[in-house]
Amino acid sequence: MSTIKELILLFVGAAFVNNVVLSQFLGICPFLGVSKKTNTALGMGTAVIFVVTASSAVASLLHNYVLVPAGLAYMDTIVFIAVIAALVQLVEMILKKFIPALYKALGVYLPLITTNCCVLGVALINVSKEYDLGRSVVNAFGTSAGFCVAIVLLAGVRERIEGNEIPHTMKGSPILLVTAGLMAIAFCGFAGLI
Amino acid sequence: MNKYLERLYNGIIKENPTLVLMLGMCPTLAVTTSGSNGLGMGLSTTAVLVMSNLMISALRKIIPDKVRMPAFIVIVASFVTIVDLLIQGFLPALNDSLGIYIPLIVVNCIILGRAEAYASKNPVGVSIFDGIGMGLGFTAALTILGTIRELIGAGTVFGYQVMPDAYEPFSIFIMAPGAFFVLAILTGIQNRLKLKSATNGDAKEESTLACGGKCDECVGGVCAANRSLLAIDADDKKASQGENIASRLKAFPEGTDKGDASDKSKGGDRA
Repeated sequence: MSTIKELILLFVGAAFVNNVVLSQFLGICPFLGVSKKTNTALGMGTAVIFVVTASSAVASLLHNYVLVPAGLAYMDTIVFIAVIAALVQLVEMILKKFIPALYKALGVYLPLITTNCCVLGVALINVSKEYDLGRSVVNAFGTSAGFCVAIVLLAGVRERIEGNEIPHTMKGSPILLVTAGLMAIAFCGFAGLI
Repeated sequence: MNKYLERLYNGIIKENPTLVLMLGMCPTLAVTTSGSNGLGMGLSTTAVLVMSNLMISALRKIIPDKVRMPAFIVIVASFVTIVDLLIQGFLPALNDSLGIYIPLIVVNCIILGRAEAYASKNPVGVSIFDGIGMGLGFTAALTILGTIRELIGAGTVFGYQVMPDAYEPFSIFIMAPGAFFVLAILTGIQNRLKLKSATNGDAKEESTLACGGKCDECVGGVCAANRSLLAIDADDKKASQGENIASRLKAFPEGTDKGDASDKSKGGDRA
């Protein structure tokens, strides 16, 4: 029972308290770039959940059962980035072949995820905190769910801002960054949750 | 101007990677909680950038074009590992404050961008200077951002108290939201003065791509793949009726059946 409680706490902590974009700044590029519309933001968020969870599981297995026993833990970064690049390709091919509906929804976003630093970031965080396979997957799922929530919320705000009159100086990325900053303050409120 | 000095000027001022090109935003926002953190991160990145530019430029005629991206990533990841281990060994304090962001230099788009856009096409000498210039430009921007945040958020500069005791620090500026606000003000000033910056150009509307589809300003090659996707994206929009799509899909070897094509066009509507 206590294990389940611990896993739930881990999930909530990863998703809200230490939100991946708003407090750890991983994956800022897609967060600012793909948040113009709520439905594309949701597509990107779903694709990230998919890839981050899968790659963390593979990275955790490789680290715990191959690299550490072989004394090659210093190779983590190189192995992980190669695994992520290969996995994204593989996921793309599998989805295309077997689940075309999902492929259609996520297709455009998948290749972009290789260079999203939250994928490598989560894998490295799992290793540095010495999580086992179960905890790694829960942490990865929580983190990417946090990313999805943040990007969809930002897209919602941006759709509202679109029609407003903004002073010339603040148009474009300044107002976007201010919005993100205010969201980050709001997410600071979750700090007392755990 | 001497071509080596020209590379330095280009990297530090003309095409400053952070302030003009807006590349590598994750470390820029994450580690600039103090001037010394920004400086440490900037110099680590510079070391990796110079070494990877040197190596990639030296190997530019050997690496086959088709596998160049994976080859670049492996080269960059190797140098990042070396720098990471050196910092762990000799600068434990810096290692504690930068933590996970050192291995994440691998996915910093400045490095792959310079590899693709410059080092893979130019001789070793100028590539090294390009790396030094870009690295110092990044370092300068990070140090400035870090110093501003440290000054407002803690009243210190590089750890030395400069504000009077009566000054109440706005500690939010060294927390996460402060990073967004400082960068927002900085880009706002650039907008105001109409300085050349990736943020001044009008992004192509409706782009669904991670980089925002600002391909006019982009020098990075990471987005070579994105660029082709953008072309497809634009096609999709033109052909929301679904006529162009079928002919475009025929050009591709896979996925040519008609059903797929009509489904795709619905996807185009969404995008």
